[in-house]
Order: sequence, then C-alpha cells, then structure tokens
Amino acid sequence: MNFSPLTLSLQTAGIATLIVFLTAVPLARVISRKLFPGKSIVESLVLLPMVLPPTVVGFLLLYLFGNNGPIGKLLIEWFGIQIVFSWLGAVIAAIAVSFPLMYQSASASFSNYDPQIEQAALTMGASKWKVFFTISFPLAWPGLLAGFVLTFARALGEFGATLMLAGYIPGKTDTIPLAIYFAVESGNMEAARLWVFIILALGFSSILWLNWWSKKNILRFQSEK
Amino acid sequence: MLTVSIQKKLPHFQLQAAFQIKSETVILFGPSGSGKTTILNCIAGLTDPDTGEISLADTILFKSKKNKLPIQKRQVGYVFQDYALFPHMTVRKNIEYGAYDSLVTQQLMNLLRVHHLADKYPRQISGGEKQRIALARALATKPGVLLLDEPFSSLDEETKDECYHHLNRLKKEWNIPILLVTHDKQEAKKLGDRILSIREGQLKSLPPEAF
Repeated sequence: MNFSPLTLSLQTAGIATLIVFLTAVPLARVISRKLFPGKSIVESLVLLPMVLPPTVVGFLLLYLFGNNGPIGKLLIEWFGIQIVFSWLGAVIAAIAVSFPLMYQSASASFSNYDPQIEQAALTMGASKWKVFFTISFPLAWPGLLAGFVLTFARALGEFGATLMLAGYIPGKTDTIPLAIYFAVESGNMEAARLWVFIILALGFSSILWLNWWSKKNILRFQSEK
Repeated sequence: MLTVSIQKKLPHFQLQAAFQIKSETVILFGPSGSGKTTILNCIAGLTDPDTGEISLADTILFKSKKNKLPIQKRQVGYVFQDYALFPHMTVRKNIEYGAYDSLVTQQLMNLLRVHHLADKYPRQISGGEKQRIALARALATKPGVLLLDEPFSSLDEETKDECYHHLNRLKKEWNIPILLVTHDKQEAKKLGDRILSIREGQLKSLPPEAF
C-alpha cells in the first residue's frame, strides 16, 4: 500500500493552512473595523471562492498560474518554478478554496469583542502592534483557532481545483481526495475504502474537537453570574 | 491645565466646546446624545474634531488633523462607561498594562483597596470593583488628565457613594485635571468643583449652587 497520498495531503493542507492563517487574519483585522468605499466589493471578492464550483476556481487558477498565464509565466522566467502539475499547484488550490473560511472566522472573531477594549489599551500608551498581540489576538483566539481547524479540514478535502491545477500525478500530486477518485475509477475499491475511512476519521475528529473546544472556550470571558 | 477649544459636526448638530480645566474636577453634564462622550474622545484622540485646538500643559494634543499627537503619547487617563477592562487578564495585569512603574501600581492598589482582587479576572468581580480597577488602571500610566465617561451609571446607590469617596480621595492625592461626564444631577453636585452643562453640542458654565 502506497501511503504517499496521506503524507502529501497532510503536507499540502498544513502549508496551505499556515499561509492562509498568516494572511487572512491580518487582512480580516484591518478590514473588519474599517469603513471605506468599496469595502463590500473587496469582501465579496475574498469570499467568492466559497460559492464558486471548485472547477471554476481551478479554471481561474489555471489561467493565472498556467505556463502562459500572467503569474505562471513570471514564476517560470524568474524562478524556474512551474505551478501546473506540481505539488505547489495543490497548495495554491487549497489556499484559494480555504481562504474565505479563515477570513470569515477571523472577521467574526475580531468583531466579537468591544472595540473600546483596544481603545483603552491605546490610551494607556500601547503601540498598535502591542495592542494586536496582547489584546486583539488573544481575545479573538477561540474564533481564530476554530477558523484554523476548518481551513485545514477544507484544504484537506479539496478536489476540483486541485485536479485542474495540479492534475493527478501519483507520488507527486495525488492527495487523498484525488486518490479516492482514481482508485474508484480503476476499480480498486479496497484502496478507495481505506482513503475514505481516513478522510472521515480526520474530518470527524477535527469537528468533534472543535465543538468540544468552542463549548469550553466561548464562555471564557463572560461574567460569572 | 487642560485647554479645549473645538468644533465638530455631528449628525444632528454642531458641537462647540471651549473650556479650561486646572487641577479640579469639572463635570460635563447633559442628556444622552448631547456630545459629551465626543468631547472626551477628542481629548483622548479616539476621534478628531473638525477644527480647534486641544492642549495639556505645554503639550499640544491637537491642532489640525495633520498636526496632532498620537493617542499613545497624549498621557490621558480614560475610564470608559463599561470600563473596557481586559477580560483575559487578571486585575493586576490590567493595572500593570500601561503602568509607569511597579511603585505606582502598588500605590494605586493600596489607595483604592483592591489588593485582594489582584489575581481575579474581571468576570469574577463586582461592578463597583470593576470601576475601581478601571480607575486604578487609568491612573497607573501617570496621566496628565483623567477622563471619566459616566463611570458610575451602572452602580447601585451604596456602591456609588463608596466610589465618590474614592474619587474624592484620589483627587486630593493626584492633583490633575479631572473631567467627568454624567447625566446624574446628584453626582454632579457631589463631585464637581465646576459644572459645564451641555445641550445639543453647546456648552454653558454653571456653578454647583445653581443646580
């Protein structure tokens, strides 16, 4: 039995989740409290991949990152990096589909506490960075962690966009969802069953843990009456 | 001395405020929505007036939207209406957050008698206690002026009296301008050296006896 789909999936989803977390969280913090013209357009664009069919996301990514696409061409010319049919393609596809989930969770978490708490810290002489790391981030943390887990689960399950951008290359781009599809197609039901079981176990345990954690933490800062 | 002379357009009226506060307690008295909190926010730097000038002793806090001191450098102690304590920090950490030094933290905890609360979280203490912590926290930065936005409005009568007592003691020891917003006449009388009445953005000075 070849276990590369498992390690590849965990690796792809892990790196994608990390990148999404590091970009979506600051973006959400900056945008959620600001009012500016075109804010709803920016937010709609950010959330768009959530409602699009993965094939459409894959098509757009293929256009951007394809060997002749505006970004793909530069990457090849400047760094010699090819995105299409590569492991990086799987990471990019996972980032694109899971970004909205993290953004939405982060945006909700940052709107969830009284902005006066941050203002109080500013009046006490704290820099904006200090306020972010000592006030905003810890207060939003339960929601951010929930977003992190959802992002990972979504990245792990990505199929359509990955197939279009990274293709199915055994040992290179065969994440679990792809492995399942091609196992079924070639009649290898035993392998398909195993992968389905692993994905079910991963998904179920992350949601189970998330539920337990949020029940424990959501009441953390509310007054004991 | 705090000197304020500002104008700001609010949704329903034009806010006009000009006053000076020495080391005394001045009450900003008026109905809800009359622009009281906006004045405090302008002084603290949380919002900007349209035009005017604000200065604290020799430091100019605001002269125009381009020429103003950032919030962090204004040395303004601000007690918010709902206290805005940091819910994830203990009482001690709340007070230490912006504290000038550990000595002043100690001194304030003694003065406001909150030592026994040091390791508790805000959710574990009463309204009156929260109020005292917010006061201690604001003063721990050694501010040049203290702003209080309806700090006693959610307290019962007995706790209010206790807090008045604490504030009056602080006033003597701290000796800085204090600007307190309230819509409670009794409170204005009990705490204020002077009263500024505000209605739809217009200020009027009243002696406490006139109340």
